[in-house]
Amino acid sequence: MSEPIVSDHAFEQYLAAGRLMGVRCVGCEAIWVPPRALCPDCHKSDMEWLAMAGTGKLVAFTSIFIGPPWMVEQGFDRQHPYCTGVVELDEGPRVVARIDGVDASHPEDMKIGLPLLVNFDNVSLDVSRPTSDARGRLVFNPR
Amino acid sequence: MKRTLGRNVAIAGAGMSSFGMFSDRDSKSLFIEAFQEMCGSVDKGIDAHVIDALYVGNFTNDLFVKQSHWGAVLADALGLIPKPATRTEGACASSALAFREAVFAIASGFYDVVLVGGFEDMSKRTTEEVTEGLALASSPYEGAAGFTFPGVFGAMATAYFDRYGATREHLMDVTIKSHENARFNPKAQHQRSIRQIMESRLKRAQDKGGPVPAWETEKDFLADPQANPPIAWPMHLFDCSPISDGAACMLLVAEELATSFTHTPIHVRGIGQGSGRALHAADELTSFEATRAAAQEAYQMAGVDAGDIQFAEVHDCFSIAEIMHTEDLGFFAAGTGYKAAEEGLTRRDGPKPINTSGGLKCKGHPVGATGVAQMIEVWHQLRQTAGERQIPNRNLQIGATQSIGGTGGTCAVTILERR
Repeated sequence: MSEPIVSDHAFEQYLAAGRLMGVRCVGCEAIWVPPRALCPDCHKSDMEWLAMAGTGKLVAFTSIFIGPPWMVEQGFDRQHPYCTGVVELDEGPRVVARIDGVDASHPEDMKIGLPLLVNFDNVSLDVSRPTSDARGRLVFNPR
Repeated sequence: MKRTLGRNVAIAGAGMSSFGMFSDRDSKSLFIEAFQEMCGSVDKGIDAHVIDALYVGNFTNDLFVKQSHWGAVLADALGLIPKPATRTEGACASSALAFREAVFAIASGFYDVVLVGGFEDMSKRTTEEVTEGLALASSPYEGAAGFTFPGVFGAMATAYFDRYGATREHLMDVTIKSHENARFNPKAQHQRSIRQIMESRLKRAQDKGGPVPAWETEKDFLADPQANPPIAWPMHLFDCSPISDGAACMLLVAEELATSFTHTPIHVRGIGQGSGRALHAADELTSFEATRAAAQEAYQMAGVDAGDIQFAEVHDCFSIAEIMHTEDLGFFAAGTGYKAAEEGLTRRDGPKPINTSGGLKCKGHPVGATGVAQMIEVWHQLRQTAGERQIPNRNLQIGATQSIGGTGGTCAVTILERR
């Protein structure tokens, strides 16, 4: 995969290929995940792609009992809630992601600070050549 | 930096429709109701032909009603053609932004008399469609992660609980207070206290002869997942504002003209607006950067601080949001807003009444109407025309409103004054 231009689409294509990628601003070294085409700190646009280790911790979460139609289609409802949250990566940036492998029916037992490891949804198996319409979704599991 | 207006602006009249879910009402019908009430509220009368321009806020009508271009549509419905009409969109803060544009239009000297309002027609769609439509105002990353609007605020609540030691019980204090205030608001979508709702359900259970829930207090009722099911934990049904239809509008005039319209003008003392980032990139998970910026701008323009604001309407789309807003506005220190709610400081008879209208939670939240509707409550309180929900025994001079759009991407703060 040649280096794509920095965009949300490219971020999702990397996710579809099973890779969590951010960018580093060549000007001020700030790291941005999801990637930004323009650095909001120094306003330069010279960015280089940077692979994240995929480890982090949970800093906020919710159990969704009434989800959007596309989650309902996957079988999630009042009896089958799912968890989603904010993950602080070990590199510093935060991302929002679904949190799998936890008991979403008992969110009161979940703890902020839970160590997490990245996982992917809708992963295209041919990592070298993600199809142009592949849209990966970011998922984390307890580590 | 202290900002000023080129000339000052006052409110000469205001009106709003009833808020609720109305199968037989559309946007034009709701706005006409608000407009007619506004005309009737102008003490010395108004001939609608003197209105120079219209600014209206609306968020979702393109999607839910399949109609755009609402500035011109409403100008026609109100008999204002060919006066200029402009629509603003800032998600749930849409009409708060319309208000600012209307203020600027008068302050610039270009217009003298401007009609400003907002409206939304949401109830003809399913809950899933409304949830998906409102989520258009969150960030694309949040949608992909399966977040809903209640979910974003639910996640912020868990961060707040973890950081400051608050619990769901403190959210209940907010909900119980909002319902108590809304009992006395005849325009509100939900006009019963939590105790009244609880007692009517107990009576229904007794009449049916089946098992009767063992609720004794309002918090027993709110803690029962049968009565108050989770939507996006820890946000339960009674933590969430409803799906609503409604409209609200105001007549703004150049300050020097105000007394030719009304005996009791309410003056625009300060305005502020800020922008914020998506949830993952927010500088704090327990606070809204856009609100802090908007409040600072408004306070500096008004030459006041948080302690001078006697009461406020804040954007309680979810119970946790009210707590965070009262901190971001500087009414209470960060991490203490939940204690203020618990101690009753924000009740109508407390030292800092918040959401005397019942708030978005009970008054209703037709999103485009909300910003102006909040200002109408402050206008009533300052004019001592809030009826049974009037803040008691207080010489009210300064009140504020705070509206957020989306999950905090936009915030507008307005400070109104009676002299």
